[in-house]
Amino acid sequence: MSFRLASGGSRIDRDRPVRFTFDGREFIGFHGDTLASALLANGQMLMGRSFKYHRPRSVVASGPEEPNALVGVGTGRSFEPNRRATEQSIYDGLTARSQNAWPSLAFDIGRVNDLGARFLPTGFYYKTFMAPRPFWKHVFEPFIRRAAGLGDAPSEPDEDRYEHRYIHVDTLVVGGGIAGLLAAKAAATAGERVLLVERSSRFGGRSVVDGAEIDGMTAPDWVKATVQGLEAADNVTVTSRCEGSGVYDHGYALCLEDLTDHLAEKTGPRDRLWRVRAGRIVTATGAIERPLAFAGNDLPGVVLASAMRDYVVDYGVSFGDRTVIVTNNDDAYRTAEALLAAGLQVPAILDAREEVNSHLIQKIKDMGVKVHVGRGIAKVLGRDRVKGVAVCLQAGEGAVLQEIACDAVAMSGGWSPVVHLWSHCGGKLIWDEAKVMFRPDPDRPPKDAAGQGFVVAVGAASGALTVGEVLAETASAMGIEPPTCEPETEAPLKPVWMMPQGAGADLRAKMWLDYQNDVKVSDIRLAAQEGFESVEHAKRYTTLGMATDQGKLSNINGLAVLADRLQDTIPQVGTTTFRPPYTPITIGALAGEARGEIFQPLRRTPMHDWNNANSAHWEPVGQWRRPYCYLRGGETPEQAVAREVTNTRQHVGLLDASTLGKILVRGPDAGAFLDMLYTNMMSTLKPGRCRYGLMCDENGFLIDDGVVARIDEQTWLCHTTTGGADRIHGWMEDWLQCEWWDWQVHTVNLTEQFAQIAIVGPTARDVLDAIGGMDVSADALPFMAWADGTLGGTDVRVYRISFSGELSYEIAVPATQAQALWDKLIEAGEALGMMPYGTEALHVLRAEKGFIMIGDETDGTVIPQDLGLGWAISKKKTDYLGKRGQQRSEFQRPDRWKLVGLQTVDGSVLEDGAYAIAEGKNENGQTNVQGRVTSTYHSPTLGQGIAMGLVERGPERMGEVLRFTRIGKDPVEARIVSPVFYDPEGEKQNV
Amino acid sequence: MSDTEITALAPMGMITLRGDLETLGRAVEAVTACPLPDRRLSTAAGAHRVLWMSPDELMLLTGYDEAPALAASLTNALAAEFATVAVVSDARAVFDITGPGARQVITSLAPVDLRALAETEVRRTRLAQIPAAFWRTGDGFRLICFRSVAKYAEDVLRNAAGTHPMVQGA
Repeated sequence: MSFRLASGGSRIDRDRPVRFTFDGREFIGFHGDTLASALLANGQMLMGRSFKYHRPRSVVASGPEEPNALVGVGTGRSFEPNRRATEQSIYDGLTARSQNAWPSLAFDIGRVNDLGARFLPTGFYYKTFMAPRPFWKHVFEPFIRRAAGLGDAPSEPDEDRYEHRYIHVDTLVVGGGIAGLLAAKAAATAGERVLLVERSSRFGGRSVVDGAEIDGMTAPDWVKATVQGLEAADNVTVTSRCEGSGVYDHGYALCLEDLTDHLAEKTGPRDRLWRVRAGRIVTATGAIERPLAFAGNDLPGVVLASAMRDYVVDYGVSFGDRTVIVTNNDDAYRTAEALLAAGLQVPAILDAREEVNSHLIQKIKDMGVKVHVGRGIAKVLGRDRVKGVAVCLQAGEGAVLQEIACDAVAMSGGWSPVVHLWSHCGGKLIWDEAKVMFRPDPDRPPKDAAGQGFVVAVGAASGALTVGEVLAETASAMGIEPPTCEPETEAPLKPVWMMPQGAGADLRAKMWLDYQNDVKVSDIRLAAQEGFESVEHAKRYTTLGMATDQGKLSNINGLAVLADRLQDTIPQVGTTTFRPPYTPITIGALAGEARGEIFQPLRRTPMHDWNNANSAHWEPVGQWRRPYCYLRGGETPEQAVAREVTNTRQHVGLLDASTLGKILVRGPDAGAFLDMLYTNMMSTLKPGRCRYGLMCDENGFLIDDGVVARIDEQTWLCHTTTGGADRIHGWMEDWLQCEWWDWQVHTVNLTEQFAQIAIVGPTARDVLDAIGGMDVSADALPFMAWADGTLGGTDVRVYRISFSGELSYEIAVPATQAQALWDKLIEAGEALGMMPYGTEALHVLRAEKGFIMIGDETDGTVIPQDLGLGWAISKKKTDYLGKRGQQRSEFQRPDRWKLVGLQTVDGSVLEDGAYAIAEGKNENGQTNVQGRVTSTYHSPTLGQGIAMGLVERGPERMGEVLRFTRIGKDPVEARIVSPVFYDPEGEKQNV
Repeated sequence: MSDTEITALAPMGMITLRGDLETLGRAVEAVTACPLPDRRLSTAAGAHRVLWMSPDELMLLTGYDEAPALAASLTNALAAEFATVAVVSDARAVFDITGPGARQVITSLAPVDLRALAETEVRRTRLAQIPAAFWRTGDGFRLICFRSVAKYAEDVLRNAAGTHPMVQGA
């Protein structure tokens, strides 16, 4: 049973008790405890259940690599699953709960999976796909669904706020251990701007626990002095509880700072995502101790040797009175030292190496600890926690030599540098035979735009394991003199990937590699046997390293087992790809401020507030919000649209058309430029006049349309669709900057400068006359003309153009004056029955007139000729964008689908996108089609459904009746008619 | 940061000029006394400020009511040149960000190295999800963005300053 020692614990304050709950039970820990250390101090070793077999699990580590002790923290709107108990600080009122256990952590019914382990072999998920189909539906799927998932997904919106912070530095140092501190100090002394981030709340890394003498000071003193020096420097930003999460191209890095997760009183943002642009990134991210693969290595009480030291030294927490240490290197001997210093017993050290000696080993032996060389653990005794170990020869097959009773096992399989950040952006690794580790290859770093390396790995992250090595190599990398320290030599490590090395199948099936996903040595071997020889394939097949810890403890051991099985070398097998983030980041932190009202920008026209106050039924149009219709009384949107259409046809309506693109094109070559952009002739347009034009891309496809006004000799104003405002402006600049750079043409996007208000209907002229200020009579302002003037004292430009077939004026007005003018128009129109109308009425009005809409009648495969718009294509011009594209043979085919009107025989409304059915089936057994609906509405004017569509040889087949699909219903008949349903002579608009 | 203020200003006169910068600069200096700004910088004289926007674009800031007449005189002065003058006073919204937290408001939203920002520099950049530009004023910054997203700009600025109702739990 774990417990709190009577003294010790450098990180805790025994005078400050902290109350928290775990699975509803109240516990008391100390200020400075992590959730893991506080639970252990209370004798609560069990902290979670494994994913697949629901095995009981306790902590195995003390930091970010922890795979087992994952808990849900918080409740309701603050709940977050999968938090590592080893890193979650406790505070008064903390609520945590265990995961993946039912009905309770102590008694979990899913444990039956464990007994059924042989029914859940490697590649279980894949293999189920091969089974007869009913098995999947009735057996496997329900089973997997019930067992799946570690933490629960939060069910309520997150109550927290998050923020981003951009920072530009010369050097980003990730990791505040002695290597990172020395590197930061070197960069700071050189006058560089430095950001130092340390993911823990304490600087110094392992040195603070393991001890060292640096520059004549103890490690904690040296760390303290160095941190104080850095914090005092103007050119250094020092941040703790901040993880270097990812490294990206061009010196970009993400760091996540925890602001309130450790606090009882939470104010302000919860996390801060630092978005760093650094000239150089120093990764001083340390190393992670590797577990050893022996049978029963996942039992509660089996802990990494370094983590056990941390719990004793940092938190005054013991896993039990008697700890057996099993190792293949010297470092684990430090755990013996720490345990003995705390008054605990170490009955034995099982060292897999033969005949080792070093200063440290001798020291431990001298303290009376029995060291068994060439030995390993055959298996751990105990069902739910450690009761003892069975000792065997490492070189043998696992015959038990003796059993040693103990409460805990401290294991060390060597160290793996944390190479994640080095690798994120392409840094390469080399296999170090002597140190038995992958470490960064300094000759192949991630490279910047100039081909220079921009990441430097220092300290344990570069493979330096002793304090002397760390300081010397860091100093060398940073170009400074190293601090002084006592040199130390350790006996060489011996690679141990399986314990004992000749273990049989029974033992292999109990040797855990990946604790979270329950991947064992036997699984990797089976994957290799089944042909998954690539490490990437074996990973996916077995799910090794695919859990939330991304294999921090399991990857190297797993690929070593794979290499062994394939009789290949470890570097030959290689690692899987390291991808950011280093540990999981919440979506909330990534989203930053982008949530709620400011999730994304909403574009508002000057009349937005008026529209909102007048019951606009909103429609998103890109980032704009436009009124779809204005609801009156208890109307449905359909009723409102019908009313708006009818009122506009019979009286007058007004439309907020401010979103239309308005691009000024000016210069001596502007006419020639527009003649190239539009399919028809714009250079011949007379000042004061307007012309409708089409724009195509180089392939001839129609991309935009709109009315162009000639302002003066050198100036045109091009109206684009709402969606085309930025796109077409960019298109124009693209051609001017990249292709026709010597043409004298300027463009200015005036879309935001002007609001545009359309007054539409038989009495439109009366409305303007009622306000007064300019002559808008048919003589003064004929159809397709424009004029500058004032209306009610406001400077305006009035375009006599129509997208409805009615008498219509579009009034451009500087945006800040638009609402005032709108108010005047509303007032003036009241006596004439004027009503505002929305985008849907606009659509119905244009469809009744047979006007096309970009995005409805076009979809990137349609040329103007398909839409009967040949009249808008100049035959005289030698060239325009799309001319050659349109000459391709495909576009000349007589059976192309072309625009027609469609009128249902029964008056109903066709379904949007419905297909016209043709004879027979295609080679895939699908019904052949001969056309499709592009726009379809109920026309209040005609009292029936009208539609536009593209039909094979459509215009040649007037009067023919086709059958159109309906989803879930029988097809419906519609007759091919002219697309112009209303006022084909155009008399209404030209009055 | 509650002593950081976000102030939405009344519309300001703005004139876009496109053309050869030397040519534009002569005309602008003659009319406003503002010399041609160097790349990325701005110049000011009296109530006028000229912003360098791109290799062939300047923006002249003036009073809202003065802009049309000023634009007309610039158009006249540049009549013989290949140059374009357009009043764009209504196209953009203007905010002042002042107080001790002004820098943090900017660096929460814009990927900008403020330490590298020259005294008269105009930084055209991104403010959260929208385009924007800003420059130094006294103890803070003046920022412009397109009018249609003014509400969004104000919201994200206030959010970063900690004074948005959403932040304060209203």
